[in-house]
Amino acid sequence: MLSYAIRRLLGAIPTLFIIITVAFFMMRIAPGGPFDSQRRLPPEIEHNIKAAYDLDKPVYQQYLIYLGKLARGDLGPSYKNKDFSVSELIADGLPVSAKLGLSAIILAVAFGLTMGTIAALRQNNAADYSIMSLAMIGITIPTFVMAPILTLIFGVYGVSLFGYDISLPVGGWNGGALRNMILPVIVLSLPQIAVIARLTRGSMVEVLHSNYVRTARAKGLSSVQVVVRHALRAAVLPLVSYLGPAIAGILTGSLVVEQIFGIPGIGRYFVQGALNRDYTLVLGVLIYYATFVILLNLLADILYAVLDPRVRYAR
Amino acid sequence: MSLTADRTAELVGRALDLKGRSLWEDARRRLFRNRAAVVSIVTLGAIALAAVFGPFLLAYPYDYIDYSVVSCAPDWWPDPSVLCNAGGTHWFGTDSVGRDLLVRTLYGARVSLAVGLIATLVSLVIGVTYGATAGYLGGRIDELLMRFVDVLYSIPYIFLVIILMVIFNRNFFLLFVAIGAVEWLTMARIVRGQTLSIKQKEFIEAARASGVNDFGIIARHIIPNVFGPVIVYVTLTVPASILAESFLSFLGLGIQEPLTSWGVLISEGANQMETAPWMLIFPALFMAITLFCFNFIGDGLRDALDPKDR
Amino acid sequence: MAGPILEVANLNVEFTTPDGNVHAVRDASFHIEESECLGVVGESGSGKSQLFLATTGLLSANGKATGSVKYRGSEILNISQPKLNKLRGSKITMIFQDPLTSLTPHMTVGAQIIESLRTHSGLPYGEAEKRAMEVLELVRIPEAARRMRQFPHELSGGMRQRVMIAMATACGPDLLIADEPTTALDVTVQAQILEIMRDLKNELKTAIVLVSHDMGVIAGIADRVQVMRDGDIVEAGGIEDIFYRPRHDYTKMLLDAMPRLDNPDRKGHATPAPTAKPDVLLNVDDLKVYFPVRGRGLFAKPKSLRAVDGVSFTLHQGETLGIVGESGCGKSTLARTVLTLLPKTDGTVVWMTRDLSQISESDQRLLRKELQIVFQDPLASLDPRMTIGESISEPLRMLEPDLTRDQIKSRVREIMQQVGLEAGWINRYPHEFSGGQNQRVGIARAMVVKPKLVICDEAVSALDVSIQAQIIDLIVKLQADSGMSMIFISHDLSVVRQISHRVMVLYLGRVVEFADRETIYKDARHPYTRALISAVPIPDPKAERAKQRVRLSGDLPSPLDTRAQLSFLKSKLIDDFDAEQYRPKLIEVAPGHLVAEHDPV
Repeated sequence: MLSYAIRRLLGAIPTLFIIITVAFFMMRIAPGGPFDSQRRLPPEIEHNIKAAYDLDKPVYQQYLIYLGKLARGDLGPSYKNKDFSVSELIADGLPVSAKLGLSAIILAVAFGLTMGTIAALRQNNAADYSIMSLAMIGITIPTFVMAPILTLIFGVYGVSLFGYDISLPVGGWNGGALRNMILPVIVLSLPQIAVIARLTRGSMVEVLHSNYVRTARAKGLSSVQVVVRHALRAAVLPLVSYLGPAIAGILTGSLVVEQIFGIPGIGRYFVQGALNRDYTLVLGVLIYYATFVILLNLLADILYAVLDPRVRYAR
Repeated sequence: MSLTADRTAELVGRALDLKGRSLWEDARRRLFRNRAAVVSIVTLGAIALAAVFGPFLLAYPYDYIDYSVVSCAPDWWPDPSVLCNAGGTHWFGTDSVGRDLLVRTLYGARVSLAVGLIATLVSLVIGVTYGATAGYLGGRIDELLMRFVDVLYSIPYIFLVIILMVIFNRNFFLLFVAIGAVEWLTMARIVRGQTLSIKQKEFIEAARASGVNDFGIIARHIIPNVFGPVIVYVTLTVPASILAESFLSFLGLGIQEPLTSWGVLISEGANQMETAPWMLIFPALFMAITLFCFNFIGDGLRDALDPKDR
Repeated sequence: MAGPILEVANLNVEFTTPDGNVHAVRDASFHIEESECLGVVGESGSGKSQLFLATTGLLSANGKATGSVKYRGSEILNISQPKLNKLRGSKITMIFQDPLTSLTPHMTVGAQIIESLRTHSGLPYGEAEKRAMEVLELVRIPEAARRMRQFPHELSGGMRQRVMIAMATACGPDLLIADEPTTALDVTVQAQILEIMRDLKNELKTAIVLVSHDMGVIAGIADRVQVMRDGDIVEAGGIEDIFYRPRHDYTKMLLDAMPRLDNPDRKGHATPAPTAKPDVLLNVDDLKVYFPVRGRGLFAKPKSLRAVDGVSFTLHQGETLGIVGESGCGKSTLARTVLTLLPKTDGTVVWMTRDLSQISESDQRLLRKELQIVFQDPLASLDPRMTIGESISEPLRMLEPDLTRDQIKSRVREIMQQVGLEAGWINRYPHEFSGGQNQRVGIARAMVVKPKLVICDEAVSALDVSIQAQIIDLIVKLQADSGMSMIFISHDLSVVRQISHRVMVLYLGRVVEFADRETIYKDARHPYTRALISAVPIPDPKAERAKQRVRLSGDLPSPLDTRAQLSFLKSKLIDDFDAEQYRPKLIEVAPGHLVAEHDPV
């Protein structure tokens, strides 16, 4: 078990390395530089600025310098926001994005799993069809459509529910206040709730038809016992495999959500950085994202092996 | 008499070489029994036709700017305060520079559908080649190729696409390739998985025992059998590609002016959401319906090609 | 006194499927008395499994059962789940065909047994654990305490089935329903399981229902027998009545179709034609096929899986060589290597004086005209996207490229008629046919190029008994007509003995005994051969129960364990999993009769 984890960890390091290298060289290949859009500077000053940012050295040297700084945890200065280093910007935005993303994934798993299980248990029933239709909607309507629509309904027009007037703020983070978080988190998690629900339903249906569930029933166990002790663990496996892509999906979605709702997370920095050719910022955010996703995939694999004893010793 | 009887018997015998019921026919029959799928096919066909022929039949070119009818509600909008009454019929209203939204939505349909289909084609070609090679050759090569896919899979690929789009300055052609490149990973995995499982089936061994060489096996036995799941995945890749394009356009990195796509329209519409909601509603509706249709067709195909007790 | 345990009256089971209604069980009525064993025999589609799934309320969602099922006088059909759950697993228990998929993969074996105990008897955990270990010992699983903590996939097939039996008997049931419990197991393992079931019946006085397609299995243990076909019970009676005085035609047909190990030359069935020609066509000498296997753990050395470990034999023209062995003995690997479908590691294969490993690849391809193979699974060995005509003509198109399209078509029609298929079916697809018909297609494909040698790799093992008999007769007839040679591979010694001239017994990649069909049965010397013979069920109650049993203890060992080869020659054994062991030599004990060295029995 431990050797499995170590092997996977070792395999993850080259992945990260490749990502950093590829991204670095891609940014350098890009035509134009970070200072092009500004007014023409006198040559000596331009020369000095370039030297300060190491832009006058050959590309491969810049690469090695960057790696060296990376090893010390220094992601370099932001080219555009000259008062801040990339690390500072990320430190600013990361907690915000983390809070948003984490809430979204927890919501997604909780709702998706429950809905999927209910749909599977009531297979081909009204509940099943309605849940799967809702799931279909969640998958096909993209985040950047859902966000404005929900904002329109709950933010601009306001809605009366059970006698309470619900009017949510249209944007802004407000330090992560609950009222501000509701809409963005829901919008962010909707596509994942839908996918997880469908995945869980499909997997649960298959497991419920399996031979060992039949044996469990033949043993005289109650339906609850059969589902919880025998079926659930196996049905959850595809979901565990999906966790990696789910997080990736939430990260992607956060780019849009942070933009629309004006949330100061690192997603917004990434988009701005890309549009402004702020190399270091973009790279810095990418590295954080990539590391996070890789680690999470690793955790998901380990969790899978914990849940399914057959995988533990197999290659 | 006996001669004609024999002849008749021979003709009847030859006629009785009945055509069997191939698996494709079985699948087609099952697909058409699926009402959701049939409705989706018809709807999608209607949208495609409207997208191709619509702009020719309408009065306004898609890029005709008319400042006299800025942000007008559709002619039938219930709230009269936002109507313009400047003459002319705008069934979907106009946008912030007076362009007719109906024709822009249909034009956007052209672009979005085109991007979706071409990007899917790109991912199909790359994915099938890559996956079939890995699956068929097996062993070390397979491991290496799939490791590469695994590495790429663990990156939220959109990020690299965004970087690509920035680098190459929102090149239109590159857009197709970039989005196709996002989807080929899953296509490759599916094709490889299918190839591997078919490779192990006994009829492949039987073909080898019958003297078929490697190329013959791939062409005649593996590819026709891989087709099914690939087609299902293609119908699910098209909406994913359309979504990806819309996403990029929304962020300002996809389709550029004066061209338009649903993503661009939705982006503009989202900005004007409070004052001119029709700018958002129609393109969003069209895109949602199109994506729905593709998904239903994909589900229907999956059920038709591999029926299990549902 | 005590009435019947189970009384079934007018039971009907129907399924609604997208292709229409299926009436699986029609009006079944029977009863089961205390401590008796009811054997239920039938082929596929007979409804025998669905009948008992219905009585225990385990039908799938699209099935409906009507009628009456009474357990000790009270109605249990279609009662509420909670009431049914009190009976299921405690008083009425069931075991299934495939023990690997029938046990929950993520729960330890012990946990699953204890769960049963605690649900029904309310025992505290410690007591339940003790009882679980007792039951495991009852089914002869050694080291019960260690096994309890293992997961199902860590046990062998035979052990898993024993665990299922243990789980089913833990709460002291009145009735144990066994649905094809040994079908997925090797013959020697099957014999062990059947013996356990016999002992349990005698000791615990549990009533048993044994559902099987194999009349030999039924003959060994049942008191009464019920024969089913297409949902109906066509005949029922005491065991001797059914076997010795069958009345219904179907029962007679079933009994007639079963090959019998002790009587291979029955009337009306194919037997090998006498051969006079001594020409040697195939000469296999010390063939070895090893596969590299990754070891366990982070730094393990690669090991070799010795699938075929030094096999030699010769084959004459017109002769049928039978190869018998259980899982892992290498028989399928041997077949494929002889045909050059798999590469060999060492040794030689000489076909008609040509060494097959020395000739070019294109020559190898051309030789396929003379060397053909029929596979085990009829449906899987045919490309589902090709018509059967295309499948049959493929070897012709590849290996006789000079033929015109018309010539090809007429050859295909000709062979189709020879194997009993209507020529008009030429454009149909495999999924439109039954298993037996598809196997005829497979045979047609192999024979259309008029080969000199056909290897049948478990060609009849996946077929129903009645179909099996027809296909065997067909194969032997085709062989006699064309004078070709045949290698017939099977795990079923009765079939092999029936149609072969000589028989070779394989164990873990090596030959343990080699003799003609009479000697192999009457004068078997090697302990493995004897165990194999003793394990094959004979469809004759008196003979089966009077049989002297030669037992093999434990399960089939892993081919990676080098000690396994010396399980019959323990005197020369080095007790190390990886050590290079002594190779038992093949000794000619009589002309034409070879036996591997073994410790005296």
